[in-house]
Amino acid sequence: MTVGDMKLDGNAIGGLLIEIFGADLTAATGICASCGAQGEVATLDVYVHAPGVVGRCRSCEAVMLKIVRTGPRTWLDLSGTRTLQIG
Amino acid sequence: MAGAALLGRLTWLATEVVDAVQETPRVRTLVLETRGWAGHRAGQHVDVRLTAEDGYQAERSYSIASAPGRPLAITVEELEDGEVSPYLVGEVRAGDRFEIRGPIGGYFVWDGTGDAPVLLVAGGSGVVPLMSMIRQRAAIGSRTPTRLLYSSRSWDDVVYRAELGQPAEGLEVFHTLTRSQPPDWTGYSRRIDDEMLGEVAWPASEEPQVFICGSTRFVDAAADGLVAMGYPPQSIRTERFGATG
Repeated sequence: MTVGDMKLDGNAIGGLLIEIFGADLTAATGICASCGAQGEVATLDVYVHAPGVVGRCRSCEAVMLKIVRTGPRTWLDLSGTRTLQIG
Repeated sequence: MAGAALLGRLTWLATEVVDAVQETPRVRTLVLETRGWAGHRAGQHVDVRLTAEDGYQAERSYSIASAPGRPLAITVEELEDGEVSPYLVGEVRAGDRFEIRGPIGGYFVWDGTGDAPVLLVAGGSGVVPLMSMIRQRAAIGSRTPTRLLYSSRSWDDVVYRAELGQPAEGLEVFHTLTRSQPPDWTGYSRRIDDEMLGEVAWPASEEPQVFICGSTRFVDAAADGLVAMGYPPQSIRTERFGATG
């Protein structure tokens, strides 16, 4: 299996995001802090095989989202996302 | 606990298998009865959670195959070395229970209506969420011109084969079989390529809406081909299937 085979998209973490935000974010629009590209969360390149979940910009591959869970705690890093438009 | 109150707003629901339909040797549809289920939109998925006797839990996502308003059904492909799919395809029986949560997804959805034509492109079990859309389209009597381009390994691997053989008015189904073909096969016999897309896909000038579902490589090939035909990237919605099951 190559890294390419392990690439999913933002649809795959829809349940996890509802768990965290209480709303479905797959259709929310994010702007990449690195390159300014705009796209739905569903279009992120998502890797779930790391210790946490990593979502990368489809245009420039910069990390836009990181989620790490240990037991009851969840860490969310959105520093690579300039804005997230919900609804 | 404050943390527990904040998290977990998407509740795991106990679900019971009420019917199991073998679609192909490696694919099975499970009809589920779930108290508290709120209904779904065509194209959405559920998360399935299995809990072993020792407390070990495994979660996977599966697309919903049924049309909205119909009994909830998921279709599962058995993946080699999978943790969840071999149980769901090979072992689970009517009356068995596990947990689901959902529905999930607000991007890869189509309610079956609209004036612009729709192109659905499926690789293998990527046909499942598209079948929910096709069933929804038929259920509401939609006239939206719709084409399905569906890539399978062989004729025996075609999921929903009988149902797709009798499409509702305005739906055209194109099969391609990549590994083996029946003797009298007249459809395509290769992986989806630009020439095939050029023959099957609506002209970009008709401003079609596109839904592509399959493996990452399949989705990328189909999406790239359509963009080369002049489809705006924003008109193409994709969902990639993982290699773990």
